[in-house]
Amino acid sequence: MTYTQIGIAVVIASIVTDVLILRTRLVTRRGFWVSYAIVLFFQLLTNGVLTWLQVFRYSDTMIVGSQPDQGPPPFIGNGRIAFQPFEDLLMGFSLCLLATSLWIFWGRRGVQRTPMSGPPIWRRSGSGAAARAAGADPGGSGHGQSAA
Amino acid sequence: MERFTYLGVLLFIFVGSAWLEIALRTRVLRRWKRLLLALAIPFTLFVIWDIWAIVTGHWSIDPDRTVGIKLFGIIPIEELIFFVVVPLASILSLEAVRSVKGWPLGDELPGDEAPVNDAPSSTAGGDTK
Repeated sequence: MTYTQIGIAVVIASIVTDVLILRTRLVTRRGFWVSYAIVLFFQLLTNGVLTWLQVFRYSDTMIVGSQPDQGPPPFIGNGRIAFQPFEDLLMGFSLCLLATSLWIFWGRRGVQRTPMSGPPIWRRSGSGAAARAAGADPGGSGHGQSAA
Repeated sequence: MERFTYLGVLLFIFVGSAWLEIALRTRVLRRWKRLLLALAIPFTLFVIWDIWAIVTGHWSIDPDRTVGIKLFGIIPIEELIFFVVVPLASILSLEAVRSVKGWPLGDELPGDEAPVNDAPSSTAGGDTK
């Protein structure tokens, strides 16, 4: 199997794990997608540096694009996004989803479910995210999900 | 200094996410047992994948830009650190968003959101225990 095929399979496997096996269904949560957008930005940045410097080199036969014999790969094109093979984004997504869904899974099972996160230090102290969602959510912006 | 390239990027990822623990009170590192349980399976699976991919030549890692310590003589120690630091950053990011926005992620109990009149429907929508 090529890196491309494995990457696609691993994305599917991580979604199946989240939805059907762990039943955490993070892929249905707005909070997951916002946090993944942050992770993706930093992956493009940090992995971009590493692939631009050719710390990682990929076999031509295993990715959609190719690895130049010398010099850095293109910033975009030839199967690459920010120097990295797009396959790396598949790996990054599945790693992120698997880790976060397991985090929620164990919390749900009662392993250190609390103390919950928040509030940020610039906000008045409370007892965490839930309390703030309850008491100080400006304009109810945090509850769009329940309206769906 | 070239050989600290990869390690330096890992340090950037760690520092760039760990500050959330303090500034946003994510309480992820503090809940280290839950964290270790969450990291164990992805770490194991992705390290096995990585070892296999290096052995079969899917990719290679520049020996000049790593410190030179390898597990089994195959996988640079930076890769092992990568599969701790990156999932950790993902969890910190998730809890950071929750800290700021208060959006539910599925591990809340109904009591956590008791004063919110729409909380029961949001719980019913996402949770089947």
